[in-house]
Amino acid sequence: MMQFMLLFSRQGKLRLQKWYEAHPDKVKKKITRELISTILARKPKMSSFLEWKDLKIVYKRYASLYFCCAIEQQDNELLTLEVIHRYVELLDKYFGSVCELDIIFNFEKAYFMLDELMVGGEVCETSKKNVLKAIAAQDLLQEDEIVEMALRDIGLI
Amino acid sequence: MPAVRGDGMRGLAVFISDIRNCKSKEAEVKRINKELANIRSKFKGDKTLDGYQKKKYVCKLLFIFLLGHDIDFGHMEAVNLLSSNKYTEKQIGYLFISVLVNTNSDLIKLIVQSIKNDLGSRNPVHVNLALQCIANIGSKEMADAFGSDIPKLLVSGETMDVVKQSAALCLLRLFRTTQEIIPGGEWTSRIIHLLNDQHMGVVTAACSLIEALVKKNPDEYKGCVSLAVSRLSRIVTASYTDLQDYTYYFVPAPWLSVKLLRLLQHYPPPDDPGVRGRLNECLDTILNKAQEPPKSKKVQHSNAKNAVLFEAISIIIHSDSEPNLLVRACNQLGQFLSHRETNLRYLALETMCLLATSEFSHEAVKKHQETVINALKTERDVSVRQRAVDLLYAMCDRSNAEEIVQEMLNYLETADYSIREEMVLKVAILAEKYAQDYTWYVDVILNLIRIAGDYVSEEVWYRVIQIVVNREDVQGYAAKTVFEALQAPACHENMVKVGGYILGEFGNLIAGDTRSAPAVQFQLLHSKYHLCSAATRALLLTTYIKFINLFPEIKSQIQDVLKSNSNLRSSDAELQQRASEYLHLSVTTTTDVLATVLEEMPPFTEKESSILAVLKKKSGRMSAQEAQREARVQAREGNAAPATEKAQNAQLKTKPSSNAAFPIPQLNNSTSADLLGLSTPPATQNSIQSNTGVLVDVLGDLYGGGGTNTHNGTTTPASLSMSGATDNIKKFVCKNNGVLYENDIIQIGIKSEFRQNLGRIGVFYGNKTSMPLQAFNPTVSVGPGQQGKVTVQVKPVEPSIDAGAQVQQLVNCECIEDFNGLPDLTVGFTYGNVPQRLALHLPLSCNKFFEPTDMNGESFFARWKNLSGPLQEAQKIFKATGPMETASIKTKLLGFGMQLLEGIDPNPENFVCAAIIHTRTQQIGCLLRLEPNRQAEMYRLTIRASKESTAQILADLLAEQF
Repeated sequence: MMQFMLLFSRQGKLRLQKWYEAHPDKVKKKITRELISTILARKPKMSSFLEWKDLKIVYKRYASLYFCCAIEQQDNELLTLEVIHRYVELLDKYFGSVCELDIIFNFEKAYFMLDELMVGGEVCETSKKNVLKAIAAQDLLQEDEIVEMALRDIGLI
Repeated sequence: MPAVRGDGMRGLAVFISDIRNCKSKEAEVKRINKELANIRSKFKGDKTLDGYQKKKYVCKLLFIFLLGHDIDFGHMEAVNLLSSNKYTEKQIGYLFISVLVNTNSDLIKLIVQSIKNDLGSRNPVHVNLALQCIANIGSKEMADAFGSDIPKLLVSGETMDVVKQSAALCLLRLFRTTQEIIPGGEWTSRIIHLLNDQHMGVVTAACSLIEALVKKNPDEYKGCVSLAVSRLSRIVTASYTDLQDYTYYFVPAPWLSVKLLRLLQHYPPPDDPGVRGRLNECLDTILNKAQEPPKSKKVQHSNAKNAVLFEAISIIIHSDSEPNLLVRACNQLGQFLSHRETNLRYLALETMCLLATSEFSHEAVKKHQETVINALKTERDVSVRQRAVDLLYAMCDRSNAEEIVQEMLNYLETADYSIREEMVLKVAILAEKYAQDYTWYVDVILNLIRIAGDYVSEEVWYRVIQIVVNREDVQGYAAKTVFEALQAPACHENMVKVGGYILGEFGNLIAGDTRSAPAVQFQLLHSKYHLCSAATRALLLTTYIKFINLFPEIKSQIQDVLKSNSNLRSSDAELQQRASEYLHLSVTTTTDVLATVLEEMPPFTEKESSILAVLKKKSGRMSAQEAQREARVQAREGNAAPATEKAQNAQLKTKPSSNAAFPIPQLNNSTSADLLGLSTPPATQNSIQSNTGVLVDVLGDLYGGGGTNTHNGTTTPASLSMSGATDNIKKFVCKNNGVLYENDIIQIGIKSEFRQNLGRIGVFYGNKTSMPLQAFNPTVSVGPGQQGKVTVQVKPVEPSIDAGAQVQQLVNCECIEDFNGLPDLTVGFTYGNVPQRLALHLPLSCNKFFEPTDMNGESFFARWKNLSGPLQEAQKIFKATGPMETASIKTKLLGFGMQLLEGIDPNPENFVCAAIIHTRTQQIGCLLRLEPNRQAEMYRLTIRASKESTAQILADLLAEQF
């Protein structure tokens, strides 16, 4: 089971955090700080895997953003790399050449997309098509609401 | 500002831009505080706030939280959003809650009703939101609230696939908090059959749930094995176009494949030959595919393909039954060892560690030794080098130990600081485990100290000393080698410690050579003295007093050092005390006494290396898998030191620490006069064993008033002599130290040590009253059972004990032949003019002269058969008087003085032991078997001994202990 996923920038700024295991905020901050500094100190050719406490850390850098997952001993490292990649693909498809700024400004969308891919720390839906379909349906609902609100504002309903 | 998709919340986007435009941290904090104040006032004052605005502000709070600020309000507004009928408002409410609300928050109660409503909604997107929320923050409370709804959702024919997926993983989360949530019975089969679902996403999600259920209850879910195998088989043989969107970079359903393989690892290889064959075919196919040319150059293709491959290898290792597959797996990993992808090299090294422990593939792994050593030298990534070290450790056996240890030593010189300590431990363990020639072992450890002295933990140098003390053949070599090592101009303090200890014990063995004459040895050690820490100096002082005993010719030289102001008036109390006491010892005692006090250390009890325990504690990686590996290695080597013994190891630490080498009572201890009495080598086997939880600090306990039986001081002598004493004396069969007797007037403590056929018992008499005890006269006499079989010499004591004071009496004893019963100890004194007489026993039983003996199963049974004479065996069947706990039984058997031999009796519940009784005239071999019957709460004890009569004596003694 994945314990958490962190997205952070090369400057060490945390952009997204998803915790599947409950920790007090203080602990979360400490873990985040430690991992960010450990990973940023590593060189590009190094392996993507780390031993950390009793967890395995799998990370990968995409442009200016690091994606970092903590998994348990029996979990598969290589496939976790591909969970990250699938997530990046989804973000990319949705935002169109995703960049760090997209994730900053639309962090809630980034969360919603992750919730379709992973639920409770386990991979839930690996089909890119199905995830995008679900997100598109959400966007449709959002647009309906906006139209409805606009109509209400001008007094049509 | 980039476009915001769907243009949800402009205000949020503006705020985020503002924050990003802040030039400094202060400006950012200021902007945030302004926004927080704004939101707070909106939430408080504005009653007309609509859902959209609430959503916007909650979202801003979320953003502020993600920036790392604490958020202490807004939770209620988020909870309100849950009951909105607008999807996006609900969604933001759920997001806030899953990011900010902890499992145990009081808010959970408030949201349970909203979640319940959404779970029952006819709109599947609402149901899904609720399920995802539970999967994120699910708690026991939620398990209680939704335990019945979610399983229904999961198996209902009407549920949409996407909801089923979330439901499966939601249930998994709740199952992790509350295992009872999964209904048994017909549900089991309905859940298992989700593996047959047409929708791959449903199978993927369900597979994780089933894996968790299987872990808890493998038998109930056994039916999933054949379903999983056939599903796997369909995937593995599918072409990549078959599975459409579930094919990932030309690899068919890698996530589901890996989950299925993982699920199957919870079971042994299937019994059904058909299923088993099909599974092996799958594994075969996966291994074959690894050899095919890649369908894509993309790393995603290779990662997904290899993810499945590694999981397949993992199940092959787990089954450990198909030699052919194991060897193929090993060859495949061998290819990866020199792959250009660092990740693959890393994983190959890691996985090979496990292969190295299988008897089928151990040899195959060894073929890659050179590549692994090369990895150690050339890998640029320390985490990969770490894996290489692990693998070398795992593949090491007698045949390659010297080479591997040498390579590890070479690497240690340049190794990263982060892994040095662990490497030192590993080298030390390998050197000990595979040493055929202990001079090699000594060389390796001294090299370790030389190369990485700072990383050599105490356990490592304790251990080398234990081994040198126990092995006569290596003592001279060790003395010579440390002497040479100490000649280096700069040598590590740990080297000084080892050198000091070894020369103090065995310096005489090299003293014949003029180059290492006594004075030279002393000067060499003393040249390091002033550079060392206080602990090391203390150890060296002990070495010096040992030198006075070994080499009388340099006595005056050493006395000068002890006398020097820097020692005699050292600011360190320990050094001061040692210097002054050793000085007096050397001045006042005769050479005989000195020789007795400073006798050579007796051998340490042979125990599993304490270093191994340290290594396990140190490396977090020592997971269950690692433990399994450990077990396999041991099984392979026929090394029968089971894990339980390791646990005991912690208790049975045999540390030749500077203190233990010559214990110095604490300064504040009024009884420091007993320095010479009992502080001869404390590490005799018996006293070590008595450490196992039964050690009562005689001195500390004395005035604690924790007596077992208190008597009124005016009771008659007759009644005094009765109870209290008898209770405790029994316990002394299995222990050597503790309180023997106590009443209101007096406490009698015992500290005893035995070695071979000799023993020394210190009896401590403490006056608990405020009046002196007069005419104090303790006597010891042997009874008929011991007459002529054991000798007891008692040192006289002063005829009075002052109020609150303690006196000590030494009893020296020798075992002539096996004996029955205990000598009498009669303590007479007058207290307030009333004569008192206590009739006790001296805790000196035949088993005290045991020396534990290790042996393997084969020789145990051979000896057992040899001792078949009718009087050589004694058997007792008796009812248990206490709880039949393994740990306490072991403690008693160890305390009894025998070696516990584990893994020998075919029934793991039984205990077998072996030991030798040393008497002046002969040695008596003794074997023991204790069979607890927990149902009947009975024991059967069988003892066989080489001398007739001994078995019965021992059986009588031990039977009363359970």
